[in-house]
Amino acid sequence: MMIDPLSVFLLLLSAATPILFAALGELVAERAGVLNLGVEGMMITGALAGFAAAHGTGNPFLGFLVAAVAGAAISLLFSALTQLFLANQVASGLALTLFGLGLTAMFGKPFEGVKAPAMPTGPLRINWIVWLGLIMVPLIWWFLNRSRAGLILRGVGENHDAAHALGYDVRLTRVTAVAFGGAMAGVGGAYVSIASVLQWTEGMTAGAGWIALAIVVFSNWTAPGVLAGAWLFGGVTVLQLRLQAAGVQVPVQLLSMAPYLATIIVLVLISARQKFSRRAGGAAPGSLGQNFHALR
Amino acid sequence: MTKGTNLTKAAVFRATGIGKSYPGVRANDDVSFAVAEGEIHALLGENGAGKSTLVKMIYGLVRPDQGQMWLGDAPHHPADPRAARAAGVAMVFQHFSLFDALTVAENIALGMENPPPRRELATRITQVSHDFGLPLNPSRRIVTLSAGERQRVEIIRCLLQNPRLLIMDEPTSVLTPQEAELLFATLRKLAARGTAILYISHKLDEIRSHCDRATILRHGRVVDSCDPRAHTARELAAMMVGSEMRLIDRTGRRAGDMVLRVENLSRSAPTAEGTALKGVNLTLRAGEILGIGGVAGNGQEELLAALSGEARSIPGSVTLEGRDLSALGPEPRREAGLLAAPEDRLGHAAVPDFSLTENTLLTAGARKGLVRRGLIDHAGARRYAESVISAFDVRIPGPGTAARALSGGNLQKFVIGREVMQAPRVLVVNQPTWGVDAGAAAAVRQSLLDLARKGAGVIVISQDLDELLELSDRFCALNEGRLSDPVPTEGLTLDRIGLMLGGAHGMEEARL
Amino acid sequence: MIQLVPRQATSTAWQVATPVLAVLATMVAGGLLFAAMGHEPVAAIRTIFWDPLFGPAASYSRPQLLVKAAPLILIASGLAIGFRAGIWNIGAEGQYIIGGITGGAVALAAYPADGPWIFPAMVLAGMAGGWAWGMIPALLRNWFGASEILVSLMLVYVAQRVAAWMAFGPMRNPEGFGMPGSRNLQQYPAAANPELISGTGAHWGVVAAAVAVLATWFLMSRHIRGFHIRAAGTAPRAARFAGVNPATLVAFCLGLSGALAGAAGLFEVAGPAGQITDTLGTGYGFTAIIVAFLGRLHPVGILLAGLLLALTYIGGELAQLTMQLPAASVQVFQGMLLFFLLGFDLLTRFQIRRRVLA
Repeated sequence: MMIDPLSVFLLLLSAATPILFAALGELVAERAGVLNLGVEGMMITGALAGFAAAHGTGNPFLGFLVAAVAGAAISLLFSALTQLFLANQVASGLALTLFGLGLTAMFGKPFEGVKAPAMPTGPLRINWIVWLGLIMVPLIWWFLNRSRAGLILRGVGENHDAAHALGYDVRLTRVTAVAFGGAMAGVGGAYVSIASVLQWTEGMTAGAGWIALAIVVFSNWTAPGVLAGAWLFGGVTVLQLRLQAAGVQVPVQLLSMAPYLATIIVLVLISARQKFSRRAGGAAPGSLGQNFHALR
Repeated sequence: MTKGTNLTKAAVFRATGIGKSYPGVRANDDVSFAVAEGEIHALLGENGAGKSTLVKMIYGLVRPDQGQMWLGDAPHHPADPRAARAAGVAMVFQHFSLFDALTVAENIALGMENPPPRRELATRITQVSHDFGLPLNPSRRIVTLSAGERQRVEIIRCLLQNPRLLIMDEPTSVLTPQEAELLFATLRKLAARGTAILYISHKLDEIRSHCDRATILRHGRVVDSCDPRAHTARELAAMMVGSEMRLIDRTGRRAGDMVLRVENLSRSAPTAEGTALKGVNLTLRAGEILGIGGVAGNGQEELLAALSGEARSIPGSVTLEGRDLSALGPEPRREAGLLAAPEDRLGHAAVPDFSLTENTLLTAGARKGLVRRGLIDHAGARRYAESVISAFDVRIPGPGTAARALSGGNLQKFVIGREVMQAPRVLVVNQPTWGVDAGAAAAVRQSLLDLARKGAGVIVISQDLDELLELSDRFCALNEGRLSDPVPTEGLTLDRIGLMLGGAHGMEEARL
Repeated sequence: MIQLVPRQATSTAWQVATPVLAVLATMVAGGLLFAAMGHEPVAAIRTIFWDPLFGPAASYSRPQLLVKAAPLILIASGLAIGFRAGIWNIGAEGQYIIGGITGGAVALAAYPADGPWIFPAMVLAGMAGGWAWGMIPALLRNWFGASEILVSLMLVYVAQRVAAWMAFGPMRNPEGFGMPGSRNLQQYPAAANPELISGTGAHWGVVAAAVAVLATWFLMSRHIRGFHIRAAGTAPRAARFAGVNPATLVAFCLGLSGALAGAAGLFEVAGPAGQITDTLGTGYGFTAIIVAFLGRLHPVGILLAGLLLALTYIGGELAQLTMQLPAASVQVFQGMLLFFLLGFDLLTRFQIRRRVLA
């Protein structure tokens, strides 16, 4: 069996892209102190909305734009619950995922069996959305570590009481960060339907949103770490597909477990490192998952 | 007693008729006072007197319901802290408003409206911190700093903005006496440049020796304004509390046999922010009160956890009346007679959402027979809660009230009462009167003395040196997880204690 | 201006009222959604919430209520205990699948033997399978600090693939003409989980659900372990101070909820589903999360919430048949219900006050 390294790498880039987008978005939300377990719901929403728009207009890029808007819009439900109504973030994120899966299953029926418009490829035979994802990595790194707004966002995520005491709007910062996370998850989801599978099927993101959440942990809450995690995941997926195609004597169902098992293994390794290392503070934002309420 | 404000210098800040209410609480009522240029002005009052609410209004965190404020000649009604900073108000918080995972420079940038570029900011931090004798490395992360160094970050953050009014909320509560002296030297320098300083504290001695004026608050109102240097600590305390302080009865105790022996107790830090315990040795006799002093974060919580059983230790390190408890958890230690009351009342010593009845089950299940073979005796728990409430004068509607609804003083009386009424052989308490009003503090202290009089051994861990001098027979200092040898409290001076506690936090470096 | 003021104690009246409010709000919002899709809203709501119980075909659909409610209640009872302690097992779906497989495996291995021991052995094996699947995230959290949320969820996807592998591979019915799926256990009397009282839909799973409700009520309100679980959920440090070992608690909660979910899976495989297929997981494990929250993590509430959500399943199927409503509308309904519930929950913890500015 001949495997051309370059073509494998290109496949890997493509397989990693949905997760990369979703995880980068969730990274920003988590750095602002919000744990949004609704990534899967936002991705599937983006997958359907983007596919519908791309199919309707014949323009895939318009599809990605609509997916971003849809992802951000549905994330506002989560923000309303957690930032306005101070609901538990874990439960609210789950609700968003269940709701997104149901909503898309309901509205997606007419789009089943329809083909997506062709994606034009960019430089090096890589499509433009893959390029966009790669460019987002340094951009988000720069935003978080070098910009004033990124500093405020990290401050809000690290210690919301202190950020509030210094006069920063914790709620606005968080709603914005979650909406950005939603837009990114939407684009990631749309990549699955428009550029990867090329059609719409119910529940097609198949846990990619949850894997993205695990990759944020793996990344130690840094943008380059997210890229590494997404590539690792992409590599496992491509390898698994290659083994399937090569007709290895292992049942297909067992091979297709590989991405999920790999995620668990990676999560365990990285959690163990964070747990047993003596580095002060740890990497998770200090206020992650906690709600903020101030009496005025 | 002189009333009114100092008219020789221009008032930098004035407030008239400030009022603020929260549901069920009148936090501030008709508060008027003024701070002059170059003046260190004390805001003095008990816990809950309304000091914090008042300064939060000046800093734009809370909006007043009534009243006027002026900064210089301009009305001062900041919509948020950024507006207040833009107007020239800076504030150092009691619980620091710092971001642990960020660097010193990033923390300072977050406290400024228009921070200069990164490199320039780093240079200016180094410059200003050098000028004031408060050395700081701008690229260090906050988690790696001591409490004293963290406060420097807050102060430098304020100084870089050249504030007209600097507010300091209980700044010395986390400092050793020597570190506090250093802080006052800095404040003097600032005042000499014309900055007005509003200094919040309930520590009478430091206010008497360092402040030019004092405004005294009680129950949200201004009860007096005076020159603190012209009054004794007792007179100031009387103004603050409204009556003479209650005296405590220390008589009638006799040291008996040894009840608790701690030998070579070591434990690595439980978290990255925690402190390791390093070879702690102590002995405690029946009827004795051992005081353990130290600045916050030097291993107090870890020591309490190692004694309560929340943390285990090597065999033979904790022995109660000859029985080795080091491998046992909290429940069997309680059954053996070793009880504890942690510092954090809400969330550690008590479950905030649970009623007082349910909160008795947290520690009194076995000794009071409230839990038998796993089954809860709810009626018995209620009776025990009622008996604690009446014996310790906990002022609440009834045992069904949730712990979080209690004031600090009432909850502390309940927590201490819950342990004391189980007749322990040894009781370990951490910060028994922290954030508690004077009446409740006196009651808690008296109950510890009474417990010792009945023959129990008591360990009091506290940052309040006056409290330790008042209660304990022997005193030792906890410093970076090491416990000093005990010295008899009789004849011990604050200076001597300061030396026992000191040496920590790079004091030498800071004096340069 | 409206201001939220924290209550000093959570309001019991609102605790009871919010689920009711949430259900009503979901009906209104769901009605609006159906109207927007061109369906008659009142008729749709009536079809979903009323007709299964009292409509023309009620004699068929009423027994279905217990059939659908039993697994929901069984799973939610276990989940609620973990949620109370702040331990988030969201992989009940996977534990349900694995329980179905391990329990079913006992029957397939015993086939065609007969004996009174077979069915109890299957139940035990199903519980053991669910327990073991739940213990994986528990141990990984205790040993390495890995998030039980993500691990338990990942294991759902793994379990689905195990089920597919079993249905196509080792457990495929040798007499099934190559069709995927195991032997039908309903046709194997020693292993079947039949309707116990004709016309009620009640099988052994219903009995187990009733026992689970009673047992969890006893645990949470009368036993010190339940007290410790509740303490650990709202104040972990206080629970440690009381003597709770957090690792033991994690293992207890995940193990218990896994065992209950596994039992639910077995009752389904031996009863209504009849066989192990690749579509063994039908979402009960996720819906049970909604049941647990809607029931306010209280056993009695879970009983009622389980019945209500079972009703939406049946009503949804009915609406699909009679009104051509999309099958997924039930999922949307359930998602909305959880949203409204979490939103209204504010009222139990805060008072809303109107503030007059000076």
